[in-house]
Amino acid sequence: MDFRSLFEPETMAVVGVSLSNDRHPANVIYNKNNLRYPVKVYGVNPRGGTYYKDRIYQSLSEIPEKIDLVIVAVKAEHVPAVLQECIDSWVGAAAVISGGFAETGNLELKDRFLKIAGEADFPIIGPNCLGIYSPTAVDSFFLPSERMVRPQQGNVAIVSQSGGILVDQMVKFTGQGVGLSRAISIGNKAVVNELDLIKFFARDDLTDVISFYIEGFGPGEGREFIQAAAKCPKPVITMKAGKSSAGTRAVSSHTASMAGDYKIFSSVMKQFGLVEARDEHEMISFCESLSCYTRPIGGNIGIVTASGGHGAVAVDTCEQSVLTVPRLPEKTQKSIREKLTPGIRDIASLSNPLDLTGSARDDDFVVAASHLTTSDEIDCVLVLLLPYLPEVTSDVGARLSQLYHEEGKPIIAYVPHVEKYRMIIEGFQLNSVPVAHSIEGAVLMAEAMKRCTPW
Amino acid sequence: MVDSKTEKIIEESMETGWITEPDAKLIFSRAGLEVPRYTMAKSAEEAVKFAEETGFPVVAKVVSPEVVHKTEVSGVEVGITEPDGVREAFTRFSGIDGFTGMLVEEMLKGTELIVGAKKDSQFGPVILLGMGGIGVEIYQDSAIRMAPLKKSDIRSMVSELKARQLIEGFRGSEPVNMEKLTSLVIRFSELAIQLEDYFESIDLNPVICTGESCVIADARIILK
Repeated sequence: MDFRSLFEPETMAVVGVSLSNDRHPANVIYNKNNLRYPVKVYGVNPRGGTYYKDRIYQSLSEIPEKIDLVIVAVKAEHVPAVLQECIDSWVGAAAVISGGFAETGNLELKDRFLKIAGEADFPIIGPNCLGIYSPTAVDSFFLPSERMVRPQQGNVAIVSQSGGILVDQMVKFTGQGVGLSRAISIGNKAVVNELDLIKFFARDDLTDVISFYIEGFGPGEGREFIQAAAKCPKPVITMKAGKSSAGTRAVSSHTASMAGDYKIFSSVMKQFGLVEARDEHEMISFCESLSCYTRPIGGNIGIVTASGGHGAVAVDTCEQSVLTVPRLPEKTQKSIREKLTPGIRDIASLSNPLDLTGSARDDDFVVAASHLTTSDEIDCVLVLLLPYLPEVTSDVGARLSQLYHEEGKPIIAYVPHVEKYRMIIEGFQLNSVPVAHSIEGAVLMAEAMKRCTPW
Repeated sequence: MVDSKTEKIIEESMETGWITEPDAKLIFSRAGLEVPRYTMAKSAEEAVKFAEETGFPVVAKVVSPEVVHKTEVSGVEVGITEPDGVREAFTRFSGIDGFTGMLVEEMLKGTELIVGAKKDSQFGPVILLGMGGIGVEIYQDSAIRMAPLKKSDIRSMVSELKARQLIEGFRGSEPVNMEKLTSLVIRFSELAIQLEDYFESIDLNPVICTGESCVIADARIILK
């Protein structure tokens, strides 16, 4: 299946545009793409007519040029006929927004269009989904543009079984400054599923990290997905809904009783080096971290801060996860101490965590962090910044980021308040250093890189 | 591929939905996995004869297609030290529903593990390794991997267990022979793939492990 028409269509048709109701999903999709995207859009309604001076076509076959992508927003019973028309008109791909198929027990219809698609090897997204959001190309979400929060263009792809969760993730990506390559809501995934998409994104030039929100796999689908993910050279993040086991099935063996569906899911993710996020907070942290650093690391963390408390909280969080905070060799400590500013030279604590104290200057942070980025004992550096300290300036983010570009060792920053310290945060983020807004979040970002390795 | 003897056992067990201990052990020993010396006795004297040849103490267990969990019907007697004990066990077990015979086997000591398999609808056969014995479901101390397994998977599974130290040797106790454990689990995972069309889940519980060996002391196969 060829997905280019799906994510980068030059022409699209929206089937189901209403002549009278601007809020109809088809109309919202028609209007936003017509007004705000480079794609050429045609409206289709069997009754024909005009909509805001544009011609509405009675069928796909009437449209004078080849259509790359068709968005289907008609009642479920009309969907198979529209899909057949897509295939007859050599359309590249379709997304079925309409619901009312398997989720309400209407299995026969679903089977019918599975058959239509299968025979023609025709990619269909959905049904019962929002479809595709490709930042500079197309947007099939039936949500008015002014209501959506759109993340910047970036390198993380989102695949979601739930449209609602996907839209929320876009809101959070925006808040956290994570960039999106493409997003796709696959709904009931009658034809195109996670397996097809992981294969596509593994080769997609715009995407470096692939994230999945998964409600469940069909029989055998999980094994195929995991085998494709194991071959994928890019980090794969998953989040699973439905962790509690459904009811209390009577099980006759100890193994069946202990190996519940979620425990199996979680274990298999770990076995093959997929990063499982347990909740949305982890999901966003993992996406941000892996969008900057796509390579796995060992688990040794160096921590630079100006407060003993911050260091202690970070150490606790590391120790509860898969990370360790090794003591720095005396030689390294001595070398750092010699280069610190005289005001803190005798009071800083440098064994790891490195506590530079409340009198630390930008220079001290740079000295300490640079020793860690060049030290073999450390795989990743956490800088827990206290931007309210009198000697810390707004340059500190950009200066520390430079160390990453010099040594290639991941640095993760913690900055407590997004609005007030915007310039420091941008100093990090514009230089590809991820910023967390909680200490736990910073540790999660490091954990993501460690968990990319298969067990 | 499943050999004809195994296929025959599976066919004959379809009606009850599971394979009893002696037949399950036969399947595993044919696959090259280690089981204790045992006999399936149809009479008390047959049982005594085997016990005397093997040497006391022995374990006696009820065999009945109606009893999946033997301990729940007091169908297991461990540490029998003399012939009368064997006879008593036989008399008692013959009163249990569906009694078809008594399994007598040599008594082993060591660290008790569970090695299991489940046919998962999403991921296919998966393998479980954990602390064994009757308390498995209370401690819930287990690690899971998708089959087939690599050698390194066994080490990482052990490292996930809370009981890791018991396997690696704790306060002077003998560590489990990791090489034997690894080859048992790997061979078992291959077998699980061969049997995937037939089974729903398999318990090897306990697998008794020492510094020298890992032996399947009890086994059941739940069919689809």
